[in-house]
Amino acid sequence: MVSAQLTGAEMVLQAFEDHKVDTLFGYPGGAILPIYDELAKGKTAIHHYLVRHEQGAAHAAEGYARASGKVGVLLVTSGPGVTNAVTGLADAMMDSIPLVCISGQVPSHLIGTDAFQECDAVGITRPCTKHNWLVKDINDLSRILHEAFYVASSGRPGPVLVDIPKDIQFQTGTYIGPETIKHKSYRPKLKASIDKIDEALKLIVKAQKPVFYTGGGVINSGNAAVQLLREFVRLTGFPITSTLQGLGAYPGDDNQFLGMLGMHGTYEANMAMHDCDLLINIGARFDDRITGKVDEFSPNSKKIHIDIDPSSINKTIEVDVPLVGDVAHILEDALKLWKSNVYKADKTAVKSWWKTIDKWREKDSLGFKNDTKTIKPQYAIQRLYELTKDKDSYITTEVGQHQMWAAQYYKFNKPNRWITSGGLGTMGFGLPAAIGAQVAHPDKLVIDIAGEASILMCIQEMSTAIQHQLPVKIFIINNQYMGMVRQWQELLHDKRYSHSYTDALPDFVKLAEAYGAKGIRVESPAELDKGIQEMIDYNGPVIFDCVVDQNENVYPMIPSGKAHNQMLLGKENEDSKISDEGKVLV
Amino acid sequence: MIESKHTVSVLVDNEPGVLARVIGLISGRGYNIDSLSVAEVDTETHVSRITFVTLGNEITINKMIAQLQKLIPVKKAINITLDKQGIEREMALVKVVGTGEKRVESLRLSDAFRAKVIDTTHDSFVFELNGSPVKIDAFIDLMTPLGLSEVSRTGVVAIARGSEKL
Repeated sequence: MVSAQLTGAEMVLQAFEDHKVDTLFGYPGGAILPIYDELAKGKTAIHHYLVRHEQGAAHAAEGYARASGKVGVLLVTSGPGVTNAVTGLADAMMDSIPLVCISGQVPSHLIGTDAFQECDAVGITRPCTKHNWLVKDINDLSRILHEAFYVASSGRPGPVLVDIPKDIQFQTGTYIGPETIKHKSYRPKLKASIDKIDEALKLIVKAQKPVFYTGGGVINSGNAAVQLLREFVRLTGFPITSTLQGLGAYPGDDNQFLGMLGMHGTYEANMAMHDCDLLINIGARFDDRITGKVDEFSPNSKKIHIDIDPSSINKTIEVDVPLVGDVAHILEDALKLWKSNVYKADKTAVKSWWKTIDKWREKDSLGFKNDTKTIKPQYAIQRLYELTKDKDSYITTEVGQHQMWAAQYYKFNKPNRWITSGGLGTMGFGLPAAIGAQVAHPDKLVIDIAGEASILMCIQEMSTAIQHQLPVKIFIINNQYMGMVRQWQELLHDKRYSHSYTDALPDFVKLAEAYGAKGIRVESPAELDKGIQEMIDYNGPVIFDCVVDQNENVYPMIPSGKAHNQMLLGKENEDSKISDEGKVLV
Repeated sequence: MIESKHTVSVLVDNEPGVLARVIGLISGRGYNIDSLSVAEVDTETHVSRITFVTLGNEITINKMIAQLQKLIPVKKAINITLDKQGIEREMALVKVVGTGEKRVESLRLSDAFRAKVIDTTHDSFVFELNGSPVKIDAFIDLMTPLGLSEVSRTGVVAIARGSEKL
């Protein structure tokens, strides 16, 4: 179809079809009714998943996008529909997740009159979307919809919002297909110059103590990038560490993998970052959870930085060789050049570097003292991993201690299997994200590793899971505390646990049953495996209430304001005082 | 590093909300704007030029420009002060109220600044003055004791020297 006369509502669905969208998450309301009406007419094969809150729609679309590699699409109404979705949009913005949010708006002639359910949707979402549009003319609608999909999915991906007044949804105008639409000016750069790549490779050849530091950019770049990264890492024999969002790009159980780095990264990963002489950042952004104290970050290394977003270069850390472009494109060129120039890594030097690293590894920084009476949270995740690792499972999380333990103890061997809110750190993310991941992969095991506090932030989405028969499993690490808040109160506020203890938790088993799901509660390590197996075997949503030791904290930890080589490995050395400067950091 | 004033020129697609995007980004990331001017400069392709002056060191301005370039409708952004040694001009309308000696003195000084009188009554002048922001500041300083009543400034516009096009 090159052009046709359609109503605004029809155009939206036509654009979905043209962009191969078969899944929507949304919630109807007055200003979006014409589009919902189109869905009811049965002319489309698009499946709509009704959420219970628009925040859930946005997170579900994120989970869907992260698990499938496609654009996530959500449909919300004006006013509160949009404002409820804002958290999800901001989350997608921080973690570079492609979303298209279609919001209804009050009819054009009422805009600006404080009409019922009116809000300035483009104004409110401007800083938390990659771009947004208010449609003022029906004949702009098809172009804007195509641009929306293009902007969301190209370059550094992100969320976009198209705000469509109700009268425009009813009007008829000319729909132009996506083939003929080209954005006026937005053309992200995909390839880096060969000279620059060669400069980087020459540093790699010379390196004595190198380390790869990879992030979510590798996964966003796609499967080709993942394969090229693996080839490159194996070819060089260098150690590799990953950010929270990058987990799964390189196999988590491979010997070259040092585990996650950063605030709760492994000792060996952080020490390698600190002591290396060459740091190769691929698709990561020197986030403050990674760098610790910026002026003592990896002080003796040359730095290569591959990033598709030019504004990431030199933003917090000055680098020597910036390569702006797409990870897959750059790695492909780099590998070609490496092979044609017959470059070789310095095997002898790297061998002795590995000896140092192996010494650090001996510290066993993820070791913990297990117990026979109470379930240690780390042990719970370990068992969950052991019992599900052969199933190609998808793991989402909420935010807090359980999230860090999941990142530390659950090993990911494939990309897109790990879906967590990193940048924004959104409690309530995990359940709707799991729903989105389950929609993308109906036959796979999808588990939301949750905390008892976080899960209550979007618990209403249980209803969505039941309605749409999505057998998501919610594995609650229940310590009755907002664990990460408590951990910081221990470190910074002399254990004054201001409002971090939850006095009135629901009975999660009954809660599950109330929704029509299965509830399982396990309190002793001896019953843990049996309970997990029961959860896996149950064909339907499960809330698993795993009652764990209330006092465990997440280690290792780089306290705020400290450098990588000043990690706390456990409670024993917690006394090392955090400076006032460190206290103000988050 | 020393903080100083930098003039940044941004070419944008002239679409609804584009100024809000640029300004929102600057304030959202904690920078201040000293002066701002904006108008469409190409009526065929609908390109607008936004020029603003901000205080900062070279590194922070570079970061700001990188962030600006990330906005979808932004075609180009440069630091005119550093990259191009640009020419900067501003226009001001200055109202001076007074009689007698002071009134005569204000007229005499305006002549030295090549300001134009564009409105007059028995006890007031409105001067129109073009020039660099420094010149306008100096004029306003001189007018202050002579009955300065009101000032309206356009904000800085800037362009690079030489034949090269932004």
